[in-house]
Amino acid sequence: MLKKRIIPVQLLMGDRLVKTTGFGTWRDVGDPVASSKVYAAQDADELVFLTISREDRTIQPLLRVLERVSEVTFMPLALGGGIRSFEDAALLIKHGADKVVVNSAVYEDLHLVRRIADAFGCQAVVVGIDARRTEGGVRLFTDCGRREQAVSLADHVRTVCAAGAGEILIQSIDRDGTMTGYDVGLIASVMEHARCPVIGLGGAGHYEHMKDAFVTTGCQALACGSLFNFGDNNPIRAKAFLSNHGLKFKVV
Amino acid sequence: MIGILDVDLGNLRSVANAIEHAGHDAVFVHAGDPLDDLTHLILPGVGNFRAAMTRLEDRALVQPLRDFAASGRPFLGICLGMQLLASSGDEGGTGPGLGLIPGHVRRFDEARVPTIPHVGWNGLTVLRKHPLLTKVKNGADVYFVHSYHLEATDPADVIATGDAGQPFAAIVGRGNVVGCQFHPEKSMASGLRIIENFCDWDGSC
Repeated sequence: MLKKRIIPVQLLMGDRLVKTTGFGTWRDVGDPVASSKVYAAQDADELVFLTISREDRTIQPLLRVLERVSEVTFMPLALGGGIRSFEDAALLIKHGADKVVVNSAVYEDLHLVRRIADAFGCQAVVVGIDARRTEGGVRLFTDCGRREQAVSLADHVRTVCAAGAGEILIQSIDRDGTMTGYDVGLIASVMEHARCPVIGLGGAGHYEHMKDAFVTTGCQALACGSLFNFGDNNPIRAKAFLSNHGLKFKVV
Repeated sequence: MIGILDVDLGNLRSVANAIEHAGHDAVFVHAGDPLDDLTHLILPGVGNFRAAMTRLEDRALVQPLRDFAASGRPFLGICLGMQLLASSGDEGGTGPGLGLIPGHVRRFDEARVPTIPHVGWNGLTVLRKHPLLTKVKNGADVYFVHSYHLEATDPADVIATGDAGQPFAAIVGRGNVVGCQFHPEKSMASGLRIIENFCDWDGSC
């Protein structure tokens, strides 16, 4: 049986690791290579890196981090932020990425998902979706939360799955950096329409929040930033806590 | 010197990094390069069975790989590289493989495996002792990414199995030729141990 996964998310501003709140204010939280080594020692199941710089939307920072991180960690690596083309994705995979996270570009060019899936397998394509709750319901946003998209969450999930998405990374902009718990309803609505595994992101502040999200939605993986960036929390402790609630994690 | 065959089939850097981490030298080997100086050979691979075999045939690598296997030196196939060791496979149109492990590569049964591809951390059930598994725990989880699996003709060639809803061969071995369906280079401590065991192995069982 496949195990549940816990995935630290590392946000990059250039070559530095940062943490945001509500996709807005950010602060420096260290060096991505050093932190990746620590996460590897703490039994993380894979690592996700996302570039959030609004000025530099190229994949160069990702390539630099990838080269150094893949020398010191031996686990699946997913990278995203600023991937605009098939060539960007192919370059990252050639340099050691196991998966790429595509988000904004997918709304304009759905074929990008299909091309990456055909060339490298659908497991190599993670579609990132950033959502915010508004008075009109759940809305999707691109370009680091600045541009609202017209498509509904359900339609977008179904469309990207049909195009070959291997996983969906659903992020709540409202909960980002708040440490007040996952938007469990949001993850559940993605699960309802997705055929592929779903990763929930945004809001984890305590292992109890992870339990709520895993148990309520049945999602395959949870990602988090602040929880592991701040305070004495790590994947080993999270798994020790969650194992008491019948959730199964990998045996090392 | 541990050779890694480079025929543009996936992420080779990670395999080389894992070998170097185990304290051994890795070298990328290309079509036409002599294999005489290698002590060990690794055939990695991500992609489609038929496309990969065609590539090996086009680059005149099939016979050199069979000769390497016949020389008794340790030979490891990873993921698609393991599947290519089989006699034949269905992906991309049924046809022959390298024929080093008798068996056939077929797609998972959709009625039994809830999501295909089978991706993620899953446990190994060890069926018999093998030098590749020294100090690897029975039940250790490793990282899988695949939609097809190798059905070995001789059950004795299956060293460990996995369970994706349907049991399948996770590690196969016949003499000096071994294969891992998972990615040891992405399987953290247990995977690195398997890479190190392979690098330390002389090919005898």
